[in-house]
Amino acid sequence: MNRLKVLTNGLIRENPVLVLILGTCPSLAVSTQASNAIGMGLAATVVLLCSNVAISALRKIIPDNVRIPCYIVLIAGFVTVVQMLVKAYAPAIDEQLGIFLPLIVVNCIILGRAEMFANKNTVFASALDGIGMGLGFTLALLAMASIREVFGSGTWFGLAVPGLAGHKVSILVLAPGGFFVYGVLIALVNKLTKGKAGKNAEQGCAGCPAAAACGRLGAADEAKEREA
Amino acid sequence: MSRMIVSVSPHIRDKTTTAVIMRDVLIALFPALIAAILVFGWRSLLVTAVCVVSCMTGEWAFEKLTGRPNTVGDLSAAVTGVLLAYSLPAGIPVWQAVLGSLVAIAVVKQLFGGIGRNFANPAVTARIVMLLAFSETMTAWVIPDAVSGATPLAVLKGGDLQNLPGLLQMLLGVRGGCLGETGALALLAGGAYLLIRRVISWHTPAAFAGTVLLLTFLLGKQPVYQLMSGGLLLGAFFMATDYSTTPMTNSGRLIFGVGCGLITVLIRVWGNYPEGVSFSILMMNILTPYIARFTRQRPLGGAKL
Repeated sequence: MNRLKVLTNGLIRENPVLVLILGTCPSLAVSTQASNAIGMGLAATVVLLCSNVAISALRKIIPDNVRIPCYIVLIAGFVTVVQMLVKAYAPAIDEQLGIFLPLIVVNCIILGRAEMFANKNTVFASALDGIGMGLGFTLALLAMASIREVFGSGTWFGLAVPGLAGHKVSILVLAPGGFFVYGVLIALVNKLTKGKAGKNAEQGCAGCPAAAACGRLGAADEAKEREA
Repeated sequence: MSRMIVSVSPHIRDKTTTAVIMRDVLIALFPALIAAILVFGWRSLLVTAVCVVSCMTGEWAFEKLTGRPNTVGDLSAAVTGVLLAYSLPAGIPVWQAVLGSLVAIAVVKQLFGGIGRNFANPAVTARIVMLLAFSETMTAWVIPDAVSGATPLAVLKGGDLQNLPGLLQMLLGVRGGCLGETGALALLAGGAYLLIRRVISWHTPAAFAGTVLLLTFLLGKQPVYQLMSGGLLLGAFFMATDYSTTPMTNSGRLIFGVGCGLITVLIRVWGNYPEGVSFSILMMNILTPYIARFTRQRPLGGAKL
Protein backbone atom coordinates (compact mmCIF):
# COMPACT_ATOMS: atom_id res chain seq x y z
CA MET A 1 0.00 0.00 0.00
CA ASN A 2 1.16 3.49 -0.82
CA ARG A 3 2.74 4.94 2.34
CA LEU A 4 1.77 8.54 1.64
CA LYS A 5 -1.80 7.38 1.22
CA VAL A 6 -1.69 5.61 4.59
CA LEU A 7 -0.57 8.86 6.18
CA THR A 8 -3.14 11.10 4.49
CA ASN A 9 -6.11 8.70 4.67
CA GLY A 10 -7.04 9.89 8.12
CA LEU A 11 -7.15 13.56 7.24
CA ILE A 12 -10.27 13.69 5.08
CA ARG A 13 -11.00 10.52 3.12
CA GLU A 14 -11.18 8.26 6.19
CA ASN A 15 -11.31 10.93 8.87
CA PRO A 16 -11.99 9.00 12.09
CA VAL A 17 -14.51 11.50 13.46
CA LEU A 18 -16.26 12.86 10.38
CA VAL A 19 -16.26 9.78 8.12
CA LEU A 20 -15.78 6.69 10.28
CA ILE A 21 -17.92 8.29 13.05
CA LEU A 22 -15.62 7.00 15.78
CA GLY A 23 -14.70 8.81 18.99
CA THR A 24 -17.97 10.75 18.99
CA CYS A 25 -18.20 11.09 22.77
CA PRO A 26 -14.89 12.91 23.37
CA SER A 27 -15.41 14.94 20.18
CA LEU A 28 -18.73 16.32 21.38
CA ALA A 29 -17.61 16.75 24.97
CA VAL A 30 -14.30 18.59 24.62
CA SER A 31 -14.94 20.59 21.45
CA THR A 32 -16.24 23.61 23.34
CA GLN A 33 -12.87 25.39 23.27
CA ALA A 34 -10.17 25.31 20.60
CA SER A 35 -7.39 24.89 23.17
CA ASN A 36 -9.14 21.82 24.62
CA ALA A 37 -9.45 20.37 21.14
CA ILE A 38 -5.72 20.71 20.50
CA GLY A 39 -4.86 19.21 23.90
CA MET A 40 -7.24 16.27 23.49
CA GLY A 41 -6.23 15.71 19.87
CA LEU A 42 -2.51 15.65 20.56
CA ALA A 43 -2.89 13.43 23.64
CA ALA A 44 -4.94 10.94 21.63
CA THR A 45 -2.45 11.12 18.74
CA VAL A 46 0.46 10.22 21.00
CA VAL A 47 -1.47 7.28 22.47
CA LEU A 48 -2.58 6.17 19.01
CA LEU A 49 0.94 6.30 17.62
CA CYS A 50 2.39 4.30 20.53
CA SER A 51 -0.42 1.74 20.64
CA ASN A 52 -0.38 1.22 16.87
CA VAL A 53 3.40 0.61 16.92
CA ALA A 54 3.25 -1.73 19.91
CA ILE A 55 0.28 -3.72 18.67
CA SER A 56 1.75 -4.02 15.20
CA ALA A 57 5.06 -5.21 16.65
CA LEU A 58 3.31 -7.80 18.82
CA ARG A 59 0.72 -8.87 16.25
CA LYS A 60 2.30 -12.29 15.71
CA ILE A 61 2.69 -12.94 19.45
CA ILE A 62 -0.75 -11.92 20.78
CA PRO A 63 -3.16 -14.89 20.55
CA ASP A 64 -6.15 -14.03 18.43
CA ASN A 65 -8.72 -15.14 21.02
CA VAL A 66 -7.59 -12.72 23.70
CA ARG A 67 -6.46 -9.88 21.47
CA ILE A 68 -8.95 -7.27 22.68
CA PRO A 69 -7.93 -7.49 26.40
CA CYS A 70 -4.29 -7.36 25.30
CA TYR A 71 -4.91 -4.24 23.21
CA ILE A 72 -6.77 -2.57 26.07
CA VAL A 73 -3.92 -3.28 28.51
CA LEU A 74 -1.39 -1.82 26.07
CA ILE A 75 -3.56 1.24 25.35
CA ALA A 76 -4.28 1.81 29.05
CA GLY A 77 -0.56 1.74 29.75
CA PHE A 78 0.13 4.45 27.18
CA VAL A 79 -2.82 6.53 28.36
CA THR A 80 -1.50 6.43 31.92
CA VAL A 81 1.89 7.65 30.70
CA VAL A 82 0.31 10.48 28.70
CA GLN A 83 -1.99 11.42 31.57
CA MET A 84 0.94 11.67 34.01
CA LEU A 85 2.91 13.77 31.52
CA VAL A 86 -0.01 16.15 30.93
CA LYS A 87 -0.59 16.42 34.71
CA ALA A 88 3.06 17.26 35.23
CA TYR A 89 3.70 19.68 32.37
CA ALA A 90 0.28 21.08 31.37
CA PRO A 91 -1.91 21.05 34.49
CA ALA A 92 -4.28 23.62 32.99
CA ILE A 93 -5.18 21.31 30.09
CA ASP A 94 -5.50 18.39 32.51
CA GLU A 95 -8.03 20.37 34.54
CA GLN A 96 -10.00 21.36 31.42
CA LEU A 97 -10.15 17.86 29.94
CA GLY A 98 -10.93 16.23 33.29
CA ILE A 99 -12.29 12.71 32.97
CA PHE A 100 -11.94 12.70 29.18
CA LEU A 101 -8.16 12.36 29.38
CA PRO A 102 -8.16 8.95 31.15
CA LEU A 103 -11.15 8.00 28.99
CA ILE A 104 -8.85 7.95 25.93
CA VAL A 105 -8.47 4.28 26.97
CA VAL A 106 -11.92 3.54 25.63
CA ASN A 107 -11.71 5.92 22.67
CA CYS A 108 -13.07 3.92 19.75
CA ILE A 109 -10.55 5.41 17.33
CA ILE A 110 -7.60 3.81 19.12
CA LEU A 111 -9.12 0.35 19.49
CA GLY A 112 -10.61 0.69 16.03
CA ARG A 113 -7.24 1.36 14.38
CA ALA A 114 -5.70 -1.52 16.35
CA GLU A 115 -8.37 -3.88 15.00
CA MET A 116 -8.64 -2.45 11.49
CA PHE A 117 -5.03 -1.60 10.76
CA ALA A 118 -2.24 -2.29 13.25
CA ASN A 119 -2.89 -6.01 13.70
CA LYS A 120 -2.39 -6.74 10.00
CA ASN A 121 0.19 -4.19 8.84
CA THR A 122 3.88 -3.53 9.39
CA VAL A 123 5.18 -1.41 12.27
CA PHE A 124 6.14 1.47 9.97
CA ALA A 125 2.80 1.56 8.17
CA SER A 126 0.98 1.39 11.53
CA ALA A 127 3.00 4.32 12.83
CA LEU A 128 2.06 6.36 9.76
CA ASP A 129 -1.57 5.33 10.17
CA GLY A 130 -1.47 6.38 13.83
CA ILE A 131 -0.05 9.80 12.98
CA GLY A 132 -2.52 10.35 10.12
CA MET A 133 -5.56 9.23 12.09
CA GLY A 134 -4.43 11.22 15.13
CA LEU A 135 -4.01 14.36 13.05
CA GLY A 136 -7.39 13.76 11.44
CA PHE A 137 -8.95 13.49 14.91
CA THR A 138 -7.17 16.69 15.99
CA LEU A 139 -8.23 18.58 12.87
CA ALA A 140 -11.85 17.50 13.18
CA LEU A 141 -11.89 18.49 16.85
CA LEU A 142 -10.25 21.82 16.05
CA ALA A 143 -12.79 22.57 13.32
CA MET A 144 -15.73 21.71 15.61
CA ALA A 145 -14.25 23.58 18.56
CA SER A 146 -13.41 26.67 16.51
CA ILE A 147 -16.97 26.99 15.23
CA ARG A 148 -18.44 26.38 18.67
CA GLU A 149 -16.06 28.69 20.52
CA VAL A 150 -16.09 31.56 18.04
CA PHE A 151 -19.86 31.72 17.67
CA GLY A 152 -20.83 30.32 21.07
CA SER A 153 -18.47 32.23 23.36
CA GLY A 154 -17.14 34.98 21.06
CA THR A 155 -13.53 33.86 21.63
CA TRP A 156 -10.90 31.75 19.84
CA PHE A 157 -8.16 30.07 21.89
CA GLY A 158 -9.44 32.25 24.73
CA LEU A 159 -8.87 35.50 22.80
CA ALA A 160 -11.87 37.72 22.19
CA VAL A 161 -12.99 37.84 18.55
CA PRO A 162 -13.77 41.46 17.69
CA GLY A 163 -17.43 42.18 17.03
CA LEU A 164 -18.75 38.87 18.38
CA ALA A 165 -18.72 39.57 22.11
CA GLY A 166 -22.29 40.88 22.08
CA HIS A 167 -23.54 38.31 19.57
CA LYS A 168 -23.04 35.02 21.36
CA VAL A 169 -25.17 32.02 20.37
CA SER A 170 -24.64 30.14 23.60
CA ILE A 171 -26.53 27.02 22.49
CA LEU A 172 -23.48 26.12 20.37
CA VAL A 173 -21.45 25.53 23.53
CA LEU A 174 -24.19 23.28 24.95
CA ALA A 175 -24.76 19.66 23.92
CA PRO A 176 -27.43 20.31 21.21
CA GLY A 177 -25.12 22.82 19.52
CA GLY A 178 -22.34 20.21 19.57
CA PHE A 179 -24.51 17.68 17.75
CA PHE A 180 -25.62 20.34 15.28
CA VAL A 181 -22.08 21.46 14.39
CA TYR A 182 -21.03 17.79 14.17
CA GLY A 183 -23.82 17.05 11.70
CA VAL A 184 -23.04 20.11 9.60
CA LEU A 185 -19.36 19.13 9.37
CA ILE A 186 -20.21 15.56 8.36
CA ALA A 187 -22.49 16.96 5.65
CA LEU A 188 -19.68 19.27 4.51
CA VAL A 189 -17.20 16.38 4.24
CA ASN A 190 -19.77 14.35 2.29
CA LYS A 191 -20.22 17.29 -0.05
CA LEU A 192 -16.46 17.83 -0.50
CA THR A 193 -15.82 14.14 -1.24
CA LYS A 194 -19.04 13.79 -3.25
CA GLY A 195 -20.25 11.04 -0.92
CA LYS A 196 -17.30 8.79 -1.71
CA ALA A 197 -15.62 9.21 1.68
CA GLY A 198 -15.26 6.02 3.68
CA LYS A 199 -16.37 3.77 0.83
CA ASN A 200 -13.19 1.78 0.58
CA ALA A 201 -13.21 -0.02 -2.73
CA GLU A 202 -10.47 -2.43 -1.67
CA GLN A 203 -12.31 -3.59 1.42
CA GLY A 204 -13.92 -6.98 1.13
CA CYS A 205 -14.92 -9.47 3.79
CA ALA A 206 -11.28 -10.36 4.42
CA GLY A 207 -10.54 -6.87 5.64
CA CYS A 208 -13.56 -6.61 7.92
CA PRO A 209 -12.86 -6.80 11.67
CA ALA A 210 -16.28 -8.37 12.26
CA ALA A 211 -15.67 -11.13 9.72
CA ALA A 212 -15.46 -13.88 12.35
CA ALA A 213 -18.78 -12.96 13.93
CA CYS A 214 -20.59 -12.27 10.67
CA GLY A 215 -23.14 -14.79 9.48
CA ARG A 216 -22.94 -13.60 5.88
CA LEU A 217 -19.27 -14.22 5.31
CA GLY A 218 -18.38 -13.64 1.69
CA ALA A 219 -21.55 -11.72 0.87
CA ALA A 220 -19.68 -8.46 0.29
CA ASP A 221 -17.18 -10.15 -2.00
CA GLU A 222 -19.99 -11.68 -4.03
CA ALA A 223 -21.69 -8.30 -4.28
CA LYS A 224 -18.50 -6.76 -5.56
CA GLU A 225 -18.07 -9.51 -8.13
CA ARG A 226 -21.61 -8.95 -9.35
CA GLU A 227 -20.86 -5.25 -9.73
CA ALA A 228 -17.72 -6.02 -11.72
CA MET B 1 -70.34 5.97 -22.35
CA SER B 2 -67.51 6.63 -24.73
CA ARG B 3 -64.63 5.97 -22.36
CA MET B 4 -64.04 5.10 -18.74
CA ILE B 5 -61.22 6.70 -16.78
CA VAL B 6 -59.56 4.42 -14.27
CA SER B 7 -57.66 6.22 -11.54
CA VAL B 8 -56.52 5.64 -7.99
CA SER B 9 -58.21 7.25 -5.01
CA PRO B 10 -58.97 9.91 -3.81
CA HIS B 11 -61.84 10.43 -6.25
CA ILE B 12 -63.52 13.34 -4.53
CA ARG B 13 -61.48 16.50 -4.21
CA ASP B 14 -62.14 19.59 -2.16
CA LYS B 15 -61.27 23.08 -3.27
CA THR B 16 -59.30 23.65 -0.07
CA THR B 17 -55.57 24.02 -0.67
CA THR B 18 -52.64 24.55 1.68
CA ALA B 19 -52.59 28.21 0.72
CA VAL B 20 -56.28 28.64 1.67
CA ILE B 21 -55.73 27.00 5.06
CA MET B 22 -52.62 29.03 5.77
CA ARG B 23 -54.41 32.23 4.76
CA ASP B 24 -57.16 31.38 7.26
CA VAL B 25 -54.56 30.85 9.98
CA LEU B 26 -52.98 34.21 9.16
CA ILE B 27 -56.39 35.90 9.37
CA ALA B 28 -57.01 34.19 12.72
CA LEU B 29 -53.65 35.41 14.01
CA PHE B 30 -54.32 39.03 13.00
CA PRO B 31 -56.31 40.19 16.10
CA ALA B 32 -53.42 39.12 18.32
CA LEU B 33 -51.08 41.34 16.27
CA ILE B 34 -53.29 44.36 16.92
CA ALA B 35 -53.34 43.49 20.63
CA ALA B 36 -49.55 43.17 20.56
CA ILE B 37 -49.09 46.59 18.94
CA LEU B 38 -51.46 48.19 21.46
CA VAL B 39 -49.79 46.55 24.45
CA PHE B 40 -46.11 46.44 23.46
CA GLY B 41 -45.87 49.17 20.82
CA TRP B 42 -44.74 49.22 17.21
CA ARG B 43 -41.68 47.13 17.88
CA SER B 44 -43.89 44.03 17.99
CA LEU B 45 -44.92 44.77 14.39
CA LEU B 46 -41.26 45.12 13.44
CA VAL B 47 -40.35 41.76 15.06
CA THR B 48 -43.28 40.04 13.34
CA ALA B 49 -42.35 41.52 9.96
CA VAL B 50 -38.69 40.52 10.38
CA CYS B 51 -39.65 36.93 11.25
CA VAL B 52 -42.11 36.59 8.38
CA VAL B 53 -39.71 38.04 5.81
CA SER B 54 -36.76 35.94 6.99
CA CYS B 55 -38.85 32.75 7.10
CA MET B 56 -40.14 33.26 3.56
CA THR B 57 -36.74 34.32 2.23
CA GLY B 58 -35.11 31.37 4.00
CA GLU B 59 -37.61 28.94 2.48
CA TRP B 60 -37.12 30.40 -1.00
CA ALA B 61 -33.31 30.36 -0.71
CA PHE B 62 -33.13 26.81 0.68
CA GLU B 63 -35.40 25.45 -2.03
CA LYS B 64 -33.44 27.33 -4.67
CA LEU B 65 -30.15 25.91 -3.37
CA THR B 66 -31.39 22.32 -3.16
CA GLY B 67 -33.39 22.43 -6.38
CA ARG B 68 -36.72 21.67 -4.70
CA PRO B 69 -40.03 23.05 -5.96
CA ASN B 70 -40.78 26.51 -4.60
CA THR B 71 -43.36 26.42 -1.77
CA VAL B 72 -43.23 30.06 -0.65
CA GLY B 73 -46.64 30.60 -2.27
CA ASP B 74 -48.42 28.22 0.12
CA LEU B 75 -47.84 30.76 2.94
CA SER B 76 -46.80 28.07 5.42
CA ALA B 77 -43.47 29.87 5.96
CA ALA B 78 -45.37 33.07 6.71
CA VAL B 79 -47.43 31.27 9.36
CA THR B 80 -44.24 29.87 10.89
CA GLY B 81 -42.78 33.39 10.96
CA VAL B 82 -45.82 34.88 12.66
CA LEU B 83 -46.02 32.08 15.24
CA LEU B 84 -42.32 32.38 16.03
CA ALA B 85 -42.54 36.15 16.37
CA TYR B 86 -45.56 35.81 18.68
CA SER B 87 -43.52 33.67 21.06
CA LEU B 88 -40.63 36.15 21.31
CA PRO B 89 -40.39 39.13 23.67
CA ALA B 90 -41.01 42.44 21.88
CA GLY B 91 -37.51 43.68 22.70
CA ILE B 92 -35.68 40.81 20.98
CA PRO B 93 -32.68 42.01 18.88
CA VAL B 94 -33.41 41.80 15.15
CA TRP B 95 -30.41 39.57 14.30
CA GLN B 96 -31.58 37.02 16.87
CA ALA B 97 -35.07 36.99 15.36
CA VAL B 98 -33.54 36.43 11.89
CA LEU B 99 -31.36 33.59 13.16
CA GLY B 100 -34.33 31.97 14.93
CA SER B 101 -36.41 32.15 11.74
CA LEU B 102 -33.65 30.49 9.75
CA VAL B 103 -33.41 27.71 12.35
CA ALA B 104 -37.17 27.18 12.06
CA ILE B 105 -37.20 27.02 8.27
CA ALA B 106 -33.82 25.54 7.33
CA VAL B 107 -33.08 23.19 10.23
CA VAL B 108 -36.47 22.11 11.54
CA LYS B 109 -38.55 22.21 8.36
CA GLN B 110 -36.44 21.93 5.20
CA LEU B 111 -33.70 19.56 6.42
CA PHE B 112 -36.44 17.01 7.11
CA GLY B 113 -37.96 17.45 3.66
CA GLY B 114 -40.09 20.60 3.77
CA ILE B 115 -43.79 21.12 4.38
CA GLY B 116 -45.62 18.03 5.64
CA ARG B 117 -42.41 16.12 6.38
CA ASN B 118 -41.08 17.93 9.45
CA PHE B 119 -41.64 15.95 12.66
CA ALA B 120 -41.57 18.96 15.00
CA ASN B 121 -43.31 22.30 14.85
CA PRO B 122 -40.76 24.75 13.35
CA ALA B 123 -41.91 27.78 15.37
CA VAL B 124 -41.99 25.91 18.69
CA THR B 125 -38.61 24.27 18.13
CA ALA B 126 -36.98 27.51 17.00
CA ARG B 127 -38.33 29.25 20.09
CA ILE B 128 -36.76 26.58 22.33
CA VAL B 129 -33.47 26.84 20.44
CA MET B 130 -33.54 30.61 20.93
CA LEU B 131 -34.41 30.21 24.61
CA LEU B 132 -31.28 28.09 25.05
CA ALA B 133 -29.13 30.24 22.76
CA PHE B 134 -30.14 33.72 23.90
CA SER B 135 -31.43 33.10 27.41
CA GLU B 136 -30.88 36.73 28.45
CA THR B 137 -32.80 38.51 25.71
CA MET B 138 -35.41 35.74 25.48
CA THR B 139 -36.48 36.35 29.09
CA ALA B 140 -36.11 40.13 29.04
CA TRP B 141 -39.87 40.70 29.16
CA VAL B 142 -41.33 44.00 28.11
CA ILE B 143 -43.74 44.92 30.90
CA PRO B 144 -46.58 47.33 29.95
CA ASP B 145 -46.75 50.50 32.06
CA ALA B 146 -50.17 49.66 33.49
CA VAL B 147 -48.90 46.63 35.42
CA SER B 148 -45.87 46.30 37.64
CA GLY B 149 -43.26 43.65 38.17
CA ALA B 150 -42.78 40.28 36.52
CA THR B 151 -44.84 38.14 34.15
CA PRO B 152 -47.94 36.50 35.68
CA LEU B 153 -46.28 33.08 35.53
CA ALA B 154 -43.24 34.35 37.45
CA VAL B 155 -45.61 35.91 39.99
CA LEU B 156 -47.56 32.65 40.27
CA LYS B 157 -44.33 30.69 40.68
CA GLY B 158 -43.13 33.07 43.38
CA GLY B 159 -46.47 32.76 45.19
CA ASP B 160 -46.81 36.56 45.47
CA LEU B 161 -50.52 36.61 44.54
CA GLN B 162 -51.15 40.28 45.43
CA ASN B 163 -49.12 41.41 42.42
CA LEU B 164 -51.15 39.49 39.82
CA PRO B 165 -52.70 41.71 37.12
CA GLY B 166 -56.49 41.97 37.19
CA LEU B 167 -58.59 39.47 35.21
CA LEU B 168 -59.64 42.17 32.73
CA GLN B 169 -56.00 43.05 32.11
CA MET B 170 -55.28 39.38 31.51
CA LEU B 171 -58.14 39.13 29.00
CA LEU B 172 -56.94 42.21 27.11
CA GLY B 173 -53.32 41.12 27.26
CA VAL B 174 -51.99 44.02 29.32
CA ARG B 175 -49.29 41.97 31.05
CA GLY B 176 -45.67 40.96 30.65
CA GLY B 177 -44.90 38.16 28.23
CA CYS B 178 -44.08 37.26 24.64
CA LEU B 179 -45.53 39.74 22.18
CA GLY B 180 -48.30 37.64 20.64
CA GLU B 181 -49.27 35.39 23.52
CA THR B 182 -50.83 37.91 25.90
CA GLY B 183 -54.03 39.00 24.16
CA ALA B 184 -56.32 36.25 25.46
CA LEU B 185 -59.48 37.67 23.86
CA ALA B 186 -57.78 38.20 20.51
CA LEU B 187 -56.40 34.64 20.52
CA LEU B 188 -59.80 33.21 21.50
CA ALA B 189 -61.41 35.12 18.63
CA GLY B 190 -58.80 33.75 16.24
CA GLY B 191 -59.29 30.23 17.59
CA ALA B 192 -63.06 30.54 17.16
CA TYR B 193 -62.55 31.64 13.54
CA LEU B 194 -60.39 28.59 12.84
CA LEU B 195 -62.98 26.30 14.46
CA ILE B 196 -65.83 27.82 12.41
CA ARG B 197 -63.80 27.58 9.21
CA ARG B 198 -63.05 23.97 10.18
CA VAL B 199 -59.33 24.53 9.82
CA ILE B 200 -58.80 22.95 13.23
CA SER B 201 -60.95 20.60 15.29
CA TRP B 202 -61.89 21.35 18.91
CA HIS B 203 -60.25 18.22 20.29
CA THR B 204 -56.67 19.36 20.85
CA PRO B 205 -57.33 22.87 22.25
CA ALA B 206 -60.13 21.61 24.50
CA ALA B 207 -58.09 18.69 25.84
CA PHE B 208 -55.01 20.90 26.30
CA ALA B 209 -56.78 23.75 28.10
CA GLY B 210 -59.09 21.39 29.99
CA THR B 211 -56.19 19.35 31.36
CA VAL B 212 -54.38 22.48 32.52
CA LEU B 213 -57.57 23.84 34.14
CA LEU B 214 -58.35 20.58 35.92
CA LEU B 215 -54.85 19.86 37.17
CA THR B 216 -54.15 23.41 38.39
CA PHE B 217 -57.59 23.44 40.07
CA LEU B 218 -56.76 20.19 41.88
CA LEU B 219 -53.35 21.56 42.86
CA GLY B 220 -54.86 24.89 43.95
CA LYS B 221 -52.74 26.94 41.55
CA GLN B 222 -55.09 29.65 40.22
CA PRO B 223 -56.55 27.72 37.23
CA VAL B 224 -58.03 30.76 35.45
CA TYR B 225 -54.75 32.65 35.54
CA GLN B 226 -52.85 29.56 34.45
CA LEU B 227 -55.14 29.28 31.42
CA MET B 228 -54.56 32.85 30.31
CA SER B 229 -50.89 33.26 31.16
CA GLY B 230 -47.82 32.14 29.25
CA GLY B 231 -48.29 30.86 25.72
CA LEU B 232 -51.07 28.44 26.54
CA LEU B 233 -53.86 29.87 24.36
CA LEU B 234 -51.48 30.58 21.47
CA GLY B 235 -50.03 27.08 21.81
CA ALA B 236 -53.34 25.26 22.20
CA PHE B 237 -55.09 26.87 19.22
CA PHE B 238 -52.25 27.55 16.78
CA MET B 239 -49.28 25.32 17.58
CA ALA B 240 -50.72 22.07 18.91
CA THR B 241 -53.04 21.92 15.88
CA ASP B 242 -50.34 21.92 13.19
CA TYR B 243 -51.27 19.23 10.65
CA SER B 244 -47.97 17.51 9.99
CA THR B 245 -46.73 17.32 13.58
CA THR B 246 -49.86 16.22 15.45
CA PRO B 247 -52.10 13.12 15.22
CA MET B 248 -54.77 12.96 12.51
CA THR B 249 -57.50 11.07 14.35
CA ASN B 250 -59.78 12.74 16.87
CA SER B 251 -58.90 10.29 19.64
CA GLY B 252 -55.23 10.87 18.88
CA ARG B 253 -55.78 14.60 19.13
CA LEU B 254 -57.40 14.18 22.55
CA ILE B 255 -54.40 12.17 23.76
CA PHE B 256 -52.07 14.80 22.28
CA GLY B 257 -53.91 17.64 24.06
CA VAL B 258 -54.01 15.85 27.41
CA GLY B 259 -50.29 15.08 27.12
CA CYS B 260 -49.49 18.72 26.33
CA GLY B 261 -51.55 19.93 29.29
CA LEU B 262 -49.95 17.41 31.64
CA ILE B 263 -46.38 18.33 30.67
CA THR B 264 -47.19 22.05 30.80
CA VAL B 265 -48.52 21.79 34.35
CA LEU B 266 -45.62 19.59 35.45
CA ILE B 267 -43.08 22.12 34.18
CA ARG B 268 -44.99 25.15 35.48
CA VAL B 269 -45.52 23.75 38.95
CA TRP B 270 -42.40 21.67 39.57
CA GLY B 271 -39.95 22.52 36.77
CA ASN B 272 -37.12 25.03 36.69
CA TYR B 273 -38.66 27.07 33.89
CA PRO B 274 -41.74 29.21 34.62
CA GLU B 275 -43.33 28.20 31.27
CA GLY B 276 -43.72 24.76 29.70
CA VAL B 277 -46.07 25.15 26.72
CA SER B 278 -43.43 25.04 23.99
CA PHE B 279 -41.56 22.16 25.65
CA SER B 280 -44.80 20.21 26.02
CA ILE B 281 -45.73 20.68 22.36
CA LEU B 282 -42.26 19.63 21.19
CA MET B 283 -42.31 16.51 23.39
CA MET B 284 -45.76 15.52 22.16
CA ASN B 285 -44.63 16.18 18.56
CA ILE B 286 -41.97 13.54 19.14
CA LEU B 287 -44.58 11.12 20.51
CA THR B 288 -47.01 11.76 17.64
CA PRO B 289 -45.99 8.76 15.48
CA TYR B 290 -46.71 6.44 18.43
CA ILE B 291 -50.05 8.10 19.19
CA ALA B 292 -50.93 7.78 15.51
CA ARG B 293 -50.07 4.10 15.54
CA PHE B 294 -52.25 3.38 18.58
CA THR B 295 -55.24 5.38 17.36
CA ARG B 296 -55.30 4.22 13.76
CA GLN B 297 -58.84 4.04 12.48
CA ARG B 298 -60.23 0.71 11.39
CA PRO B 299 -61.53 0.83 7.82
CA LEU B 300 -65.31 0.36 7.70
CA GLY B 301 -65.92 -3.38 7.68
CA GLY B 302 -62.20 -4.03 7.77
CA ALA B 303 -60.40 -6.53 9.91
CA LYS B 304 -59.22 -5.75 13.41
CA LEU B 305 -55.83 -4.03 13.35
